[in-house]
Amino acid sequence: MTAPITAASMALDGGVLSAGDVAPEAAFVPSRGFWGHVGHRLVRDPVAMGAGALILLVVLIAILSPWITPMDPYKGSMLRRLKHVGDATYWLGSDELGRDMISRLMLGSRLSLFIGVTPVLIAFVIGSGIGILAGYVGGWTNTILMRTIDVFFAFPSVLLAIALSGALGAGIFNSIVSLTCVFVPQIARVAESVTTGIRKRDYIDAAKLSGASPLTIMRVQVLGNVVGPIFVYATSLISVSMILASGLSFLGLGVRPPEPEWGLMLNTLRTAIYANPVVAALPGVCIFVVSIAFNMFSDGLRAAMEIRQ
Amino acid sequence: MSVIPDAPDPFDRDRGGPAQPLLSVSGLYKHFPVRKAGGKKQVVRAVDGVDFDVLKGETLGIVGESGCGKSTTAKLLMGLIERDSGSLLYDGQAVGERVMPWRSYRRQVQMVFQDSYASLNPRMTVEQSIAFGPKVNGVPGREAVERARALLARVGLEPKRFAGRYPHEISGGQRQRVNIARSLALEPRLVLLDEAVSALDKSVEAQVLNLLLDLKAEFGLTYIFISHDLNVVRFISDRVMVMYLGRVSEIGPSDTVLDAPAHPYTEALLASMPSLDPDNRTQAALLQGDPPNPIDPPSGCRFHPRCTLAEPICGEKEPPLDTVGPLHRVSCLARQPGSGHSAAPARALAA
Amino acid sequence: MSPPEPAVTLGNLRVAFGKVQVVDGVDLTVERGQAMALIGESGSGKSVTLRAILRLFHEGRSRIEGTILAAGRDVQALSKRQLADFRGGDVSMIFQEPLLAFDPVYTVGQQITEAIRRHEKISKEDARKRALALFERVRIPSPERRLDNYPHEMSGGMRQRAMIALALACHPQVLLADEPTTALDATVQIQVLLLLRELQRDLGLSIIIVTHDLGAAVEVADRIAVMYAGKIVETGTAHQVVLDPHHPYTIGLLRSRAEGALAKGSRLQTIPGSPPDLANRPPGCPFAPRCFLVEERCRQEMPPVGEISPGHKVACWRTDEASAAYRAGPTPVRAAEPVPA
Repeated sequence: MTAPITAASMALDGGVLSAGDVAPEAAFVPSRGFWGHVGHRLVRDPVAMGAGALILLVVLIAILSPWITPMDPYKGSMLRRLKHVGDATYWLGSDELGRDMISRLMLGSRLSLFIGVTPVLIAFVIGSGIGILAGYVGGWTNTILMRTIDVFFAFPSVLLAIALSGALGAGIFNSIVSLTCVFVPQIARVAESVTTGIRKRDYIDAAKLSGASPLTIMRVQVLGNVVGPIFVYATSLISVSMILASGLSFLGLGVRPPEPEWGLMLNTLRTAIYANPVVAALPGVCIFVVSIAFNMFSDGLRAAMEIRQ
Repeated sequence: MSVIPDAPDPFDRDRGGPAQPLLSVSGLYKHFPVRKAGGKKQVVRAVDGVDFDVLKGETLGIVGESGCGKSTTAKLLMGLIERDSGSLLYDGQAVGERVMPWRSYRRQVQMVFQDSYASLNPRMTVEQSIAFGPKVNGVPGREAVERARALLARVGLEPKRFAGRYPHEISGGQRQRVNIARSLALEPRLVLLDEAVSALDKSVEAQVLNLLLDLKAEFGLTYIFISHDLNVVRFISDRVMVMYLGRVSEIGPSDTVLDAPAHPYTEALLASMPSLDPDNRTQAALLQGDPPNPIDPPSGCRFHPRCTLAEPICGEKEPPLDTVGPLHRVSCLARQPGSGHSAAPARALAA
Repeated sequence: MSPPEPAVTLGNLRVAFGKVQVVDGVDLTVERGQAMALIGESGSGKSVTLRAILRLFHEGRSRIEGTILAAGRDVQALSKRQLADFRGGDVSMIFQEPLLAFDPVYTVGQQITEAIRRHEKISKEDARKRALALFERVRIPSPERRLDNYPHEMSGGMRQRAMIALALACHPQVLLADEPTTALDATVQIQVLLLLRELQRDLGLSIIIVTHDLGAAVEVADRIAVMYAGKIVETGTAHQVVLDPHHPYTIGLLRSRAEGALAKGSRLQTIPGSPPDLANRPPGCPFAPRCFLVEERCRQEMPPVGEISPGHKVACWRTDEASAAYRAGPTPVRAAEPVPA
């Protein structure tokens, strides 16, 4: 009872057009592409989405704060110092000079975000460059670059930031420079290990065999695969950066009064910790919440970028 | 240059004529330095003096266990790692020299890797991966993509459905078809298949083996087929080379080598294949223990500590790869007249 | 006197991960002292079936239904505590990759004595003696010295033997083996297969081995069960399944093997297409879209399991035609019509 051999069945057998070769469900779903997949999975992650929404909100407030603060954040009043949270005029109380806390927190988000995010972005560019170069070229270049980087790892990052800021002097620009210096080695280290891992994959060998130049392989085959993981790592550094930046301001090495910045506000409100502990803690709460949000978003991004085979 | 040449003549683009081997390997060595615990420096003799020819239009199977050097040999043939010494002649021209730089050699010789997933860039669509080679070799983008689609169709993947997919969206068998298509994108004459079907399920393996047979006939290809599966090698190869600890122990027509092996190691390998007869199961293993480590291989014949025919002379004298029959060469003193081994055939008989 | 109860009985076992029904109604009985091979391709659910016997899944992400009786215990009813004793004590398991079963920072000997002392109250010295005896049992050369090796200091075949020793440490009645020889070289594979056979014979061990390699299954198993898309399609003695197959899938598997080729260079017979998507099972027989004997009924209704001869069970509507096609010799077995996408 053997079935007749038709032309169609021959074709099937040769695998020329196997209808059953694809799972039926997969047949006509258009491919989303890599970032499409990541986005799709990120949207379904409630934690990451919540964190993302919070970050977006803070960014919006930071941008719009000069126009939307309920009161003048610089104008103080000796009579209305240290009002409590829930005050009829000052919803979140007032600081030690009688300035409106909510207005200062809103305006403070600008500088806090700026000196938290900028160093990470700059370090992302520089560190990735160093790390990818070291990882892809390998050999002596790798050894020299990575040993130099290792020197920076000898110091705890807090200490390094304080030492550099101290040497450069106080100021926003200088604290960004010193924080960048703190993050470059960390990002370079991660970039190097990710690139070294990718370089050993078979598809890089296959690309070499196709006759592509090292530069083409770097651009087309390596870059797309390493930038994602490095970026995820960098976003996880934003929280650290914000805390370090606040720390520098707290120590008087960053932003100078009367500019509002969360770390600096924490410092100046220190004296009021017994008089009005809730108000004194508010800038700290802001730093905590925003940096946690960055961390959770970065975790979500990492999870979404894991491709399962 | 058309995507699918209409004349599938294996001697098209031929320089040296049909009798000249397509690839001739001689005196190939590769030692890797390793540092063991305690700081002692040692070398892994991964490939330790390998000679063989690949004839035009044939399929040469290479078999052996882990540590025998078959994968290192593949990488050396492709120039993915640098050889310590030895020469590669491609159609009579020295590879890596001015007449045949690696770049032009690699347009003629391509490779398919074992791990179908790791050998495709996860961020590139199937079509982009296949078109990459032609593009970097100067084929205009649009034409390269068209060629990629034609090749996809040829390996049994409908371009409309598969061209835009990413490697993780398709099955292992389909990915290996993509890898095969990519290896053909530069229209090579020799394709090196390094355990290319080993990771696939049996029924998928059969489909891919059929595809390889068809492609070979259609494009006039020559294959080097590396595998640990003797059944698959027997099926696809014209000649078989058996490797052990970085050396060739036997090479010859696959029917001869796999039906009447001359080397005791080949015999042991064959005896280790599970039988498919439940009434006649394997009773005892011919070899005990694991294949030894290519660090510090035994003196003399590498196989002598595990060999049933071993005699004192085997530990002293390295057996040369000698002819024992038509196209059949073996490195075993017991098969070589005048070697001093008691089982060696008489000189007159062999002459 | 009732016959001794089987070592393992699975009754209508169903395992699902989310919407994906990986194991879809498996009935299987393994008698005491018997070696059973579960064969199938990736995604057939063979490994999941095996792991279900030890409930080796994340509770929240999986759903196990049906009855699982192993070594006289109702596995579904075991508490967490009892399950820990049951694993390794009554039923133990070996894996494809021994490095995952061992902790890299302890010697192999320490880990085996530790395992013995977790299940029984005996002194360290006695436990070590038992470990040594086990190493001799699984034929590890110079066992005394090897006990003090770390896992990475052993070769692949030796590690596999050491893992078998670890699995046998607490005298289990049933040994589950998940692709135990897949990662090994051919000459080592046969040694491990022979060792499993020897242990079955000498210790009266019941063995379930999961493999994709028909050859390995034949070497070890008394009985073979062929799985496809989460169902057992054919069971019988090794002789019945390999030499007298009655299910078109089993026939396809046997025919597509390279050693079955008619002649060198001739094409291999293949099973067209690929396995179904387990998240959207079509009604009827899961193999129907790829079957060379498919008819309308197969697409509508899952065939019941029928007994061809004592102990030989097949789930197919057309066993007679399948068997006849197989016996007719190496005639091409091909799909009768192109399958609609």
